[in-house]
Amino acid sequence: MEQLLEVKNLEVNFRTYGGEVKAVRDVSFHINKSEILAIVGESGSGKSVTVQTIMGLLPMSVADIKNGTIHYKGQNLLELKKRELRKLKGSKISMIFQDPMTSLNPTMKIGSQIAEGLIIHQKISKRDAKEQAINMIKLVGIPNPEQRYDQYPHEFSGGMRQRVMIAIALACRPELLIADEPTTALDVTIQAQVLKLMIELKEKTDTAIILITHDLGVVAETAERVAVMYAGVIVETGTVHEIFENPKHPYTWGLMESIPDFMSTTKERLIPIEGSPPDLFAPPKGCPFAPRCKYAMDICVDQMPLDYEISSSHSAKCWLNDEQSPNADEVLALGRSLYE
Amino acid sequence: MYILKRFFTMILTIWVIATLTFVMMKFIPGDPFASDADVLPEEVLNNMRAKYNLDKPIAVQYVLYIKDLVSLDLGPSIQSRTRSVNDIILSGFPPSALLGAQALVLALVFGLLLGIIAALYHNRFIDYLAMIIAIIGISIPSFILAPLLIKFFSVEWGLFPVATWGTWKHTVLPSLALASMPLAVVARFMRSSMIEVMNANYIKTADAKGLSTAGIVIKHGIRNAILPVVSFIGPLFASLITGTFVIEKIFAIPGIGRYFVDSIFNRDYPVIMGTTIFFSVILVVTLFLIDISYRLIDPRISLTSKEG
Repeated sequence: MEQLLEVKNLEVNFRTYGGEVKAVRDVSFHINKSEILAIVGESGSGKSVTVQTIMGLLPMSVADIKNGTIHYKGQNLLELKKRELRKLKGSKISMIFQDPMTSLNPTMKIGSQIAEGLIIHQKISKRDAKEQAINMIKLVGIPNPEQRYDQYPHEFSGGMRQRVMIAIALACRPELLIADEPTTALDVTIQAQVLKLMIELKEKTDTAIILITHDLGVVAETAERVAVMYAGVIVETGTVHEIFENPKHPYTWGLMESIPDFMSTTKERLIPIEGSPPDLFAPPKGCPFAPRCKYAMDICVDQMPLDYEISSSHSAKCWLNDEQSPNADEVLALGRSLYE
Repeated sequence: MYILKRFFTMILTIWVIATLTFVMMKFIPGDPFASDADVLPEEVLNNMRAKYNLDKPIAVQYVLYIKDLVSLDLGPSIQSRTRSVNDIILSGFPPSALLGAQALVLALVFGLLLGIIAALYHNRFIDYLAMIIAIIGISIPSFILAPLLIKFFSVEWGLFPVATWGTWKHTVLPSLALASMPLAVVARFMRSSMIEVMNANYIKTADAKGLSTAGIVIKHGIRNAILPVVSFIGPLFASLITGTFVIEKIFAIPGIGRYFVDSIFNRDYPVIMGTTIFFSVILVVTLFLIDISYRLIDPRISLTSKEG
């Protein structure tokens, strides 16, 4: 399979008054052509920062890309001049944001906001751009596209606005679509519709999608591969099957356990992951999950785990996967107290 | 419908202002002929009072006044006995309006530019420089700036006339002196508004579309950031074009501003009333136009929904 985008050893810091926040630490992943890769993780785990780095959207006054490469079809996006990157942005790589209520310009007609990208990238006339924009409005399932073209964002509901965002993102037929929690701000019923629309359009246009979410249900339904992020680190990556059937990282286990089981007939409590993520001003030198991990061993606190390859597509950063490590149940049986 | 409603409100506002001015004016001790009282015989004073209806009860004076006002007759001036208030406004307003308009354009063009640039270079050298300029503009009063301008541009370098009214060159220095304060205020408004807008999510969307920085600022930034500035333009415009006493005094410009002030010292009732009402009409009309322009700038603002 042909690789479309490859992120390697990416490290991003933020300069704040309190010191440097290490938001993304040694993150590597790739996405193949017309594939859906889900990046999951809780708030603050660095998902958004990672993808905004790809798009060059980080505020450079505070963000500091310390290390790493982002190769898109062989060229390193981090080394491109601003002008060259702009040619890719919105045409080859585009993005949908989390909050459709604030992501559209309130004083500009919906149609112009869709046509804008077409005019810049395809160098077509305003009239042609309008025609294509109306087609896009139709394509994302908004009724009365001609009238809707001349309306403003406040005349649209949240779900409709997200459809408009999708129309903007897909207008130039990008090869890679980055969707940063595209359904988080929407009603549950609308979430399903918007996701379905994205998948449908993906099939039509053969676009690869990086889907950022913290909804594992969405991941199971849509993604082909998954990367699990925690405290700025990708702790496990694999195909959807591998992650859901055979997870190899305690954090992933925790995520799986915390999914509510609707089929169950007995009353059960949700199982949360105890504790909270580490302080990224001074991340732990060992595994970032160790302080919350039931299976943590001494080495976990001292050393960042290696990236253990489980299969050619599956790897996890956890010492439990080492040959010399006892298996998880044995660690648990030793009765090591977590917060000693 | 909205416009009609607004029109009646405007008439009402002007009537309230006229009444208030009338009442307050009558509360000031003394009358227009107080300084003549020692020299002139009693009959002459009484005749003069009669000429200006000052001998009648206040209620009658008020009714007579409003009647004249409705027919757009602002009455005779008491101080300059040959001219009517209408004459004074007609001759004094054009120079004041010209100066005011020039100052406003200067203030807007350079104020907005300065504000936008400062916002784009937020917390960097250019930003600090722009804000230092703005603070200087706000804190140096025009009666200090004007003599400085005269000293350098007229006396030392001889580029512009020192004072008086005539050619285009005569308008340059007073316009500059008038513009400095509003320019600084516009710059500060625009800067803070623009900083906020440039952090908005839709700017990120525009960035992700591949727009250049200039494209983002022009197409998505300015229109969203300009509203606070527009609301400031209303009163500013009215006060600038109706003349400013200080600048007109310094540059010896035959504008309307000095009548405004002189009339109060002279208890020249018709001129006080006339200039006040003229000022309020301009202000009220400007505010009305500004309200309409809000709607043009921001489609979310509805002109009807919250009225009534």
